[in-house]
Amino acid sequence: MSATNDPVIEIRHLHTRFGNAVVHDDVNLVVQRGEIFALAGSSGCGKSTLLREIIQLQQPVSGSIKVFGSELRGMRVDQATIMRRRLGVMFERGALFSALTVAENVGMPLREHTDLSSELIDEIAAIKIALVGLPDSAGAKYPAELSGGMRKRAALARAIALDPELLILDEPTAGLDPLSASSLDELVRHLKELLGLTILMITHDIDLLWGAADRVAILGEGHVLGEGTMKELSKSEHPMVREYFYGPRGRAAWEQTWNRK
Amino acid sequence: MSAPTPVPKAVANLEKTREAAILRCSGVWTLQGIPLLERHIAQLSWPASGAVIFDGVAVTAMDSAGAWLIFRTLRQIERMGLSVTIKGLRPEHQALLQLIQTHASGENAPGLPRHSFLNQLGRNIWRHLDEFNGLLAFLGEIAVAMLRSLAHPSRIRWRAILYNLQIAGFNALPIVGLLAFLMGVVVAYQGAVQLVRYGANIFVADLVGLSILREMAPLMTAIIVAGRSGSAYAAQIGTMKVTEEIDALQTIGVSPMELLVLPKMLALLVALPLLTVYSDILGVLGGMIVAQSQLDVSFTDFLDRFDDAVKMSSFLVGLGKAPVFAAIIALVGCFQGFRVSGSADSVGRQTTISVVQAIFLVIVFDALFSVIFSWLDI
Repeated sequence: MSATNDPVIEIRHLHTRFGNAVVHDDVNLVVQRGEIFALAGSSGCGKSTLLREIIQLQQPVSGSIKVFGSELRGMRVDQATIMRRRLGVMFERGALFSALTVAENVGMPLREHTDLSSELIDEIAAIKIALVGLPDSAGAKYPAELSGGMRKRAALARAIALDPELLILDEPTAGLDPLSASSLDELVRHLKELLGLTILMITHDIDLLWGAADRVAILGEGHVLGEGTMKELSKSEHPMVREYFYGPRGRAAWEQTWNRK
Repeated sequence: MSAPTPVPKAVANLEKTREAAILRCSGVWTLQGIPLLERHIAQLSWPASGAVIFDGVAVTAMDSAGAWLIFRTLRQIERMGLSVTIKGLRPEHQALLQLIQTHASGENAPGLPRHSFLNQLGRNIWRHLDEFNGLLAFLGEIAVAMLRSLAHPSRIRWRAILYNLQIAGFNALPIVGLLAFLMGVVVAYQGAVQLVRYGANIFVADLVGLSILREMAPLMTAIIVAGRSGSAYAAQIGTMKVTEEIDALQTIGVSPMELLVLPKMLALLVALPLLTVYSDILGVLGGMIVAQSQLDVSFTDFLDRFDDAVKMSSFLVGLGKAPVFAAIIALVGCFQGFRVSGSADSVGRQTTISVVQAIFLVIVFDALFSVIFSWLDI
């Protein structure tokens, strides 16, 4: 874990409201370069909203979000485009374009953002497809022809098409069987080491939190309830954080991790 | 997409010495850096034999695209029978190159297979025949489902029928009415110019009555309903298919035929004839208004003449086509909905096809009716 002081994402005093519903009430977070940072918390606690604000699909009411050191609020469109090139997003349900084959899906960001020959783009797409552990034959298939786990991998291949500095994963293991989930979390760690990525992920998967995340923030009631390594968080006094760890499922994962060590 | 900072570049130069050729690489081997380089490398003239040394001392940055370009170049050289040595690469770049190497497959991913013209033609014809076959089979299924419902009237879904009656029938009244009215106006206007010339003003009632009641009203109403409701049927069923709702219905033990198709079919069989009568009335009204304002034929004169000119059979001929058109629209709309497979894209495609096919078939059947009626001398 390389916690040098080089923040990739810096969130200060963030407030978000939908009508009267307060989603974020003074949220502060810093994600350092090269770490795997996980956002956890119960459903509806504003994790996904926070993620959508970071990738500029939504605007907060007040506060500041800096990505790669530049403020997102009031950013010009051309700057936002450059910013988007530097991050890769994998959506919860993949969001692969159903009219395109997997290879075309992966090649699409390359076609949009670079001047490479289409031959080279096809080759780079093929390499990314191999990198995420899909067979060569998957490239020519349409997303509808793939299984859920393969679709997630294909979505990951598209997210890393441009070799982003920051990779954002929304529920990377949701809807996968435990075996696929653990191979995906291994894959994420592997890619992080090889490509030097910073990873921000949202997850409910307590195994993934113990296994892959360097640091974790738990959101709830519009605040960050706790932030730190899983070990630090497991000592937290906050009742909701404790609930998260010492509920039946949290307990099992915790014991499993300890027994492994 | 150009960054405000000067665009970083990757550079590769080939130096030939007596012992070996040296490929000196420097700069930024990333997606931004390599586009020009790709073309440059393709033009390098490699020695016919001997060794090539890849010198990466001055490479400052590399991403997986850059690593792929290096790997691909070196692989190409090796296939030409030259030996390659890599030196001077930073450890992290070395690791990246290694990664690419282990994941590179033997050959490029296979593209989609291409077919010859004749092959393509055959496939298309076969696809259309297959589709026609499917349509007939679907018609059979609907007939069976309908007979089964008649045998067990308690299984008929009245709520769904009434709902569809409202959506496809009642809610279509404004647009159908407006268009029928305008159609009557147009027919009367076109006729008026000719009729005035012969002083045969009163015959405007014949003209408007026969053309609207026999042809225009049933045809226009069917076309509007095909665009409004046929497309909605295809889109609704198609989306339900994509989201696996159709499968869920079947698992619960509800026949999609009974829940989704029959109510639409029955509702449209009732709604379209009613809409046709409605557009008959508004079409003739449009004609009457033009007759009065342009030809000095009063409403009373018009209706007197209308009574003589238009026989009951003309009205029934027009009305009789409506249930057939209704069946075509519901059949094609639902059938295309069930043909959706997999994706959002497919929903759009099948919806378009449903409208085009429904209108096509409506017009074809209208022509058939004309031929048959003229044989029967109606």
